[in-house]
Amino acid sequence: MFQIKVNGKAYEVDALPNTPLLWVIREHLGLTGTKYGCGRSICGACTVHVDGQATRSCATPVASVSGKEIITIEGLSPDGSHPVQQAWVAENVPQCGYCQPGQIMSASALLAGNQRPNDAEIDKSMSGNICRCGTYQRVRRAIHRAAQIMAEGEKE
Amino acid sequence: MSTRIRITRWGVLDSIFSAGALILGAGGSSGKTPKGRAKETKWWPSVYLAIEPTGEVIIVAHRSEMGTGIRTGLPMVVAEELDADWERVRIEQAIGDAKYGSQDTDGSRSIRDFYEIMRRAGATARLMLERAAAEKWGVPAEECQARHHRVVHVSSHRSIDYGKLTDLASKQPVPKVEELRFKTPDGFRYIGRGVPLVDLMDICTGKAAYGMDIHRPGMVFASIERPPVLGAKLRSFDDGEALRVGGVTQTVVLEEAKPPYGFQALGGVAVIADSTWAAMEGRRKLTVDWERGPNTVYDSEAHRESLLEAARTSQKVVRNIGDVDTEFSRAGKIHEAEYYVPLLAHAPMEPPVAVVEYKNGRIEAWAATQNPQAVQDAVAAALNISRNDVLCHVTLLGGGFGRKSKPDYVVEAAILSKKIEKPVQVAWTREDDIKFDYYNSTAGMYLKAALDAGGKPTAWLQRSVFPPITSLFDINEVYGDPLHLGQGWVDVPFDIPNLRVENGPARAPLRIGWLRSVANIYHAFSIQSFIDELAAAVGRDRIEYFLDALGPPRTVDFDAEKTTNVNYGKPLDQYPWETGRLRNVVEVVAEKSGWAKRKPGNGHALGFAAHRSFLTYVAAVVDVQVDDKGQISIPRVDVALDAGRVVHPELARAQFEGAAVFGTSIALMGEITAANGEIQQSNFHDYPVARIDQAPFETRVHIVPSHRLPTGVGEPGVPPIAPAMCNALFAITGKRFRRLPIKNTKTTPPG
Repeated sequence: MFQIKVNGKAYEVDALPNTPLLWVIREHLGLTGTKYGCGRSICGACTVHVDGQATRSCATPVASVSGKEIITIEGLSPDGSHPVQQAWVAENVPQCGYCQPGQIMSASALLAGNQRPNDAEIDKSMSGNICRCGTYQRVRRAIHRAAQIMAEGEKE
Repeated sequence: MSTRIRITRWGVLDSIFSAGALILGAGGSSGKTPKGRAKETKWWPSVYLAIEPTGEVIIVAHRSEMGTGIRTGLPMVVAEELDADWERVRIEQAIGDAKYGSQDTDGSRSIRDFYEIMRRAGATARLMLERAAAEKWGVPAEECQARHHRVVHVSSHRSIDYGKLTDLASKQPVPKVEELRFKTPDGFRYIGRGVPLVDLMDICTGKAAYGMDIHRPGMVFASIERPPVLGAKLRSFDDGEALRVGGVTQTVVLEEAKPPYGFQALGGVAVIADSTWAAMEGRRKLTVDWERGPNTVYDSEAHRESLLEAARTSQKVVRNIGDVDTEFSRAGKIHEAEYYVPLLAHAPMEPPVAVVEYKNGRIEAWAATQNPQAVQDAVAAALNISRNDVLCHVTLLGGGFGRKSKPDYVVEAAILSKKIEKPVQVAWTREDDIKFDYYNSTAGMYLKAALDAGGKPTAWLQRSVFPPITSLFDINEVYGDPLHLGQGWVDVPFDIPNLRVENGPARAPLRIGWLRSVANIYHAFSIQSFIDELAAAVGRDRIEYFLDALGPPRTVDFDAEKTTNVNYGKPLDQYPWETGRLRNVVEVVAEKSGWAKRKPGNGHALGFAAHRSFLTYVAAVVDVQVDDKGQISIPRVDVALDAGRVVHPELARAQFEGAAVFGTSIALMGEITAANGEIQQSNFHDYPVARIDQAPFETRVHIVPSHRLPTGVGEPGVPPIAPAMCNALFAITGKRFRRLPIKNTKTTPPG
């Protein structure tokens, strides 16, 4: 049995200790916004926040995150109003959308640590998230927009 | 239960409409049978819409959503002609059913094939609502006009919501097509402007449900160890260790597929468990012994050699103008080159996945599929039941690119569910996806041209050899089939007095399939590279030379030359090959990209290519930069396109932006190889696709305004990218990149 805290709620999970966090989130907790893409932390579709850090849940054993704060796409905001989500909608970023929860989680972690990333910083930080539809230029634009929304929010 | 009245003879979807909804079926027979052409089939693709008494309009999306936005774009066309308020429209996804016509969402044809049908559906409902209001008010129908979800009678200042008319409207006779009035473009509210993706908010909040996200009560998870070489047979296996993994309940043997492989399940050993992880862990602990069979001889390097060797010798002629041989024997300057494109995997972000429940001889499937009717057929064939006993729900697709129009993974789940009598999820791992794909074919191509004293081509020979997709359904098929030869090969548009197109036979013990833009990928690569080579050989500007070769605007008369050009299944008189339209997009892209002003230097150059595919004319200029370590980056791509009337410009732009990235992956890094019959790649580390820092930094999409029939936008942006990039690389490095991907050739640092 493992105790994990996801989106502010505590859960007891009965799973093999080496089970990746991804499958626990998806199949034990039923939070399916976090996606499987490669199983080897090379595509980023499974990105969640663990203590604020963008983390590939597909290669993170559930045993290693006991007691840590885990946030998934479902917990990023109660209603899709996180600045990154607002920017994603405004820029019409998604095509198929499958990788986008992971993109959004990576982008929000980036912006938490760097409020005004430049293009090179965005590219470096987002290069772990593959989008096969090729929405990258909108991802970049949306991150700039989200940074602006966040800056304006602070001024108010 | 009052007023549900069904106007269509098919009547479906009862469950999604409340009682009292007006259900309309617009379609019916076409009425016209053009002389001299085969009689059109009696059923017409048909879409249904319903209007609830509350006024809510329900529009059925019958094509699959894999990222093109079709679940938004086509219903929007219905809403346009219905003059509905988009805020009051709800989209329902159709199950697989032949009554909708084709649901095979590929070939960039959803808008092309269904634009008019959707307009009719909307216009039919609108007219019936207007007639209903006229009846209610006792005024002539001509005085009643539908306006944004209400019918208005101007002179009496009366208006009424659509919802209040459902009862009366449902009693109106269904108008004939000739009675319908269609909106004119100046009255369009949505077409040409667009609305946001219907799933946008759900995607951004993690609520959107893909194939992977379906859960059924009592569902178990299967992970399948498949034959490592196509045609390998299971000799024996030991599942002792696997069964000791907590959560693993059993293993099931799936019979191997037999050629032709079609959409059969490949076979193998399935590990069944109560979670995905347990199934995957159990599978890792299987020991399986395979009789690898005769296909172990397949090796990519030898295969490549054999294709190119065949391309060097005379092959079957599929188009001929004049006499190239005579011209070659007397011309001064001859230029020739060979090109090769490798196997490519689709690698959609969501690997193939389906959930299937077998109960009382019937199948219910939830599948990330591009073609739910193919699911019905393939599952029915595998289980020896009627297709009517296969119900297929379509989820959102986490990418498709052609992979998910082949339902082999749904068949796997169906067979397993029947055997173990439980709902089963079959989710392919990324490794499964890369190793057991239906690959876009390898192709070897040889091109030869004779140039006159002015550098103009006077003879042009092109020869291709590739294992055809049709081998999937008939193992004796070795030549390119007309459909795929029509993808940028026989329809080469240059105005050259002596021109011969040939195609040779090839086999490959693989499942060959179609991937975003299909044969256009290799055809455009060779032709668009070669024309650039000729321009370079005579020191001409590439775009000027291209336009000279294209000649004055004309409609290519394939019938007159007795050339079979399938033209994407569309009549040439309706969708002619007009070189003037290609010329136009070339001129647009030249201007928008600043082609004439931006001269090469400092490791940077522009490359150009232009290609018509899926009836859409596209020209691209790719700006390539190579640093002193040979590292390639792409600061900018300009794409100009003529796709006829563009229904949703924002979604069309997104398709071309994405296509530039897809084309970049093909150009720079995409390659699947086999050794001893086994695929050597397995995941994104050895089958990389372009990431944000490798993709074009920016793609500028220039849509040429047009009132012509809408064509396709999903695929046509892909073919020009790789040749344009290679042409730029030549301008930078002085080296030709005739074999894809580029990563196989050293990009010499400039200077």
